[in-house]
Amino acid sequence: MAPPFEGIGAAVRRKEDQRFISGRGTYTDDINRPGQLYAFIRRSDRPHAKFPAVDTGAAMELPGVVAIYTAADLANIGGLPCGWQIHNKDGSPMAEPKHPVLAEGVVRHVGDPIAVVIAETRQQAKDAAEKLDIAFTDLPSVATVSDAVKPGAPLVHDSVPGNVCYDWHIGDKAAVDAAFAGAAHRVRLDLTNNRLIPNAMEPRAAIGDYDRATGDYTLYTTSQNPHVIRLLMGAFVLSLPEHKLRVVAPDVGGGFGSKIYHYAEEAIVTWAAGKLARPVKWTAERNESFMSDAHGRDHVSTAELALDKDGKFLALRVHTLANMGAYLSTFSTAVPTYLYATLLAGVYTTPVIYAEVKAMFTNTVPVDAYRGAGRPEATFLLERLVEVAARDTGMDRVELRRRNLIPRNAFPYQTPVALQYDSGDYQATLDTALKHADWAGFEARRQAAAAKGKLRGIGLSTYLEACGIAPSAVVGSLGARAALYEVANVRVHPTGSVSVFTGTHSHGQGHETTFAQLVSDQLGVPLASVDVVHGDTAKIPFGMGTYGSRSLAVGGSAMVKAMDKIIAKGKKIAAHLMEADVHDIEFKDGKFTVAGTDKSKTIGEIALTAYVPHNYPIEELEPGLEETAFYDPKNFTFPGGCHVCEVEIDRDTGVVRVVNFTAVDDVGRVINPMIVEGQVQGGVAQGIGQALLENAAYDADGNLLSGSFMDYTMPRADDLPNFHVATENTMCTHNPLGVKGCGEVGAIGSPPAVINAVVDALRDYGVRQIDMPATAAKIWAIINAGPHHRKPAE
Amino acid sequence: MPQVSVTVNGKPQTVQVEGRTLLVELLREKLGLTGTHVGCDTSQCGACVVHVDGRAVKSCTMLALQADGAKVTTIEGLAAADGTLHPMQEMFREHHALQCGFCTPGMVMAAIDLVNTHPEGLTEEQIRHGLEGNLCRCTGYHNIVKAIAAAWPLMHGKSLPAAAE
Ligand code: FES
Ligand code: FES
Repeated sequence: MAPPFEGIGAAVRRKEDQRFISGRGTYTDDINRPGQLYAFIRRSDRPHAKFPAVDTGAAMELPGVVAIYTAADLANIGGLPCGWQIHNKDGSPMAEPKHPVLAEGVVRHVGDPIAVVIAETRQQAKDAAEKLDIAFTDLPSVATVSDAVKPGAPLVHDSVPGNVCYDWHIGDKAAVDAAFAGAAHRVRLDLTNNRLIPNAMEPRAAIGDYDRATGDYTLYTTSQNPHVIRLLMGAFVLSLPEHKLRVVAPDVGGGFGSKIYHYAEEAIVTWAAGKLARPVKWTAERNESFMSDAHGRDHVSTAELALDKDGKFLALRVHTLANMGAYLSTFSTAVPTYLYATLLAGVYTTPVIYAEVKAMFTNTVPVDAYRGAGRPEATFLLERLVEVAARDTGMDRVELRRRNLIPRNAFPYQTPVALQYDSGDYQATLDTALKHADWAGFEARRQAAAAKGKLRGIGLSTYLEACGIAPSAVVGSLGARAALYEVANVRVHPTGSVSVFTGTHSHGQGHETTFAQLVSDQLGVPLASVDVVHGDTAKIPFGMGTYGSRSLAVGGSAMVKAMDKIIAKGKKIAAHLMEADVHDIEFKDGKFTVAGTDKSKTIGEIALTAYVPHNYPIEELEPGLEETAFYDPKNFTFPGGCHVCEVEIDRDTGVVRVVNFTAVDDVGRVINPMIVEGQVQGGVAQGIGQALLENAAYDADGNLLSGSFMDYTMPRADDLPNFHVATENTMCTHNPLGVKGCGEVGAIGSPPAVINAVVDALRDYGVRQIDMPATAAKIWAIINAGPHHRKPAE
Repeated sequence: MPQVSVTVNGKPQTVQVEGRTLLVELLREKLGLTGTHVGCDTSQCGACVVHVDGRAVKSCTMLALQADGAKVTTIEGLAAADGTLHPMQEMFREHHALQCGFCTPGMVMAAIDLVNTHPEGLTEEQIRHGLEGNLCRCTGYHNIVKAIAAAWPLMHGKSLPAAAE
């Protein structure tokens, strides 16, 4: 019997599941070190306040308390760095106020850490932290970008006038203004992109460990990118050289962006472990996640589209206020600029675009990348605007989109906002999505629903994503302070099994399976003989981690490069063993064969020869069979697609139910279709969550109102439908696998499809725009606002 | 300190605990059974679900002392002694019902109780409703619902009655 197909394209069941389904995963909080102490962080419950030096005397006397540290103890420690410098319109650099590890006399958001108590038990540390008496004097505060931008608004940082972090722009303003002046139609829409709280199910945790014998530090942390944490914390915060600092990110229970960044708690436990020469563990309670994990989105925008009389898009003009929160999180500044405004062409041929973005400080938790990061905001703006344009001009919304799609023969396609798309077929994803969603048959379903007293609507959204982050030189020229290549080390062991060390990190994506499939496919070894190792700076040469749907496109490509080197070396060994010319050796299905003969050697035999080089070309070739490769991508990758959503609204309650959801995505080559579907389903669930349920609510002063699962509505099983997921793939042209990435597409394409469907369902109520989340209360108010119209009231 | 005697995964244990120690703390911190997770502080996520005397319980809402004399089963105790997985574990893997795996132990324990308590059959709607107390941020639930429907016939030894629509 032939072995089951396990290579590229097979829906192989996941290797990592065995430990997860039997409760044997090792998440950070599952780790305990001998002699471990526990840290509890006392945080601000005020949005903005000053406080004098904290008196720790009484709390120090409490049982079990070992140490209490405040900013005064951290004098030699740097602030948390921001990894991306944006420049203002006038070329000057952005405002970058210090982000202290512990607040230095001023707290700037609810959740801002003030002091850390370290004790023998978690409960003792918490008891003592709650007893610390902090004499706050409240300061005026501001929570929204709209308030922060007002003249005379309270200042979050005295050093930042007007609360403006940067005032940036992209595109040709003069050309856009000219196009608007001559346009047949001009459409304008004001919209917000609601603030979200990522809420990975595993709360963040960190353990600092210090080896008295060697002076080495180890940090165990819930991170998507352990090498980045080692670099940022070692070089900028604690001044620890890399060779004395090991960062381990073991099993991580979801990230969605929130576990990319370097957080204060990581520096605190590492530093304290050295100070006390004992391990120190910190685990967030969920309420701390709400007020200390970087939030996502939070844009307020005005968007304008100019069209000619036939509906061709002539120009797009966008003005956005983006909330940074109180401090700059690691990648925060890149999100509303290079991950947002550069995406505003979407899948359309809009010839000129101008966008200006003002990033504002407010007294709220720092905002950074959350699943999709900038690209969902761009997609929501564009697809709502196009929808409103269709409505305002009386054109069919599908036809209007079709008329403006970038044609399939136009690639590579240069947009007016810097990106050059390498491949795509937006007609195909649109057609397939409409077909799978039975767009044509909707009217019958609407009438059937109406007969039951329900309002049924359908909406679509196209989207374009730039991911596979990123070409180092390009992002460097745009302000990134780090490179964004990826690293792989492929080690073929003497008897032919393989360990692969990757700089990416898996926290749900299934890399241990997908990468093993890739290696199994390319080297012709059974899947069971391949292990993928990630998440430990002591084992992995280097790496930038997992975010921006980059792991397969960049990390997988690095693996291919390393395997190419393995195969090239293997050919030399095989040529020697079989006394043939190296150019005559072919490698296929795990065998090195002398072309045109039946002479061959398996990769296992070659590996054994490489490690036991008795008969070996030792003069020309080193023993061993292990190779490392760094892969720097040539361009971003560009997934794209179309999502269609169908909703039913209960007139009496305003509750919106998603009854059908179809996603057709172009993610490039698919290694494991089961995993791709799972990624899309999860992304769509978060997108529906944003559209209908989730909102990080602050009062005007900056008090977090939605600070627990009781106030922040997470999507639950009965809030969601089954999803119809399909792909329609074109290959990426510039990486060796043709892959594009699938981690974020679901969260990018879905929110506008949902809102377009909700607005469609309310067609008789004169609704033009609904801000997310479209909660039952909001919908009920619209339905009950006045006389029920049969026609929109214009 | 008071002490509590419980049988965990078939093994009798007597442990000293503080009065305020939660069952989940007893399992994770005293007994080293870290398969049961803590995802919240308001009893809303279900990551901590275990079986106490055969019924699903959020172990973060129960004091360790309240479990005195009880039989507790955690995710680590589900598989047979020879390692054979429980059908629910098997179906979670088969249907890709987990991604990061953090919600999975609680989800599997809650799902087993749901199937056990519905010998007459389970519709998709009932499954979705039955999972109300368990949050998953990764999967969008689609595959979890499929896995539970697939585990029902394996656990009841007959095919799932067609949903009465
Ligand atoms: S830990 Fe969330 S419900 Fe128990
Ligand atoms: S699999 Fe990650 S939370 Fe459910």
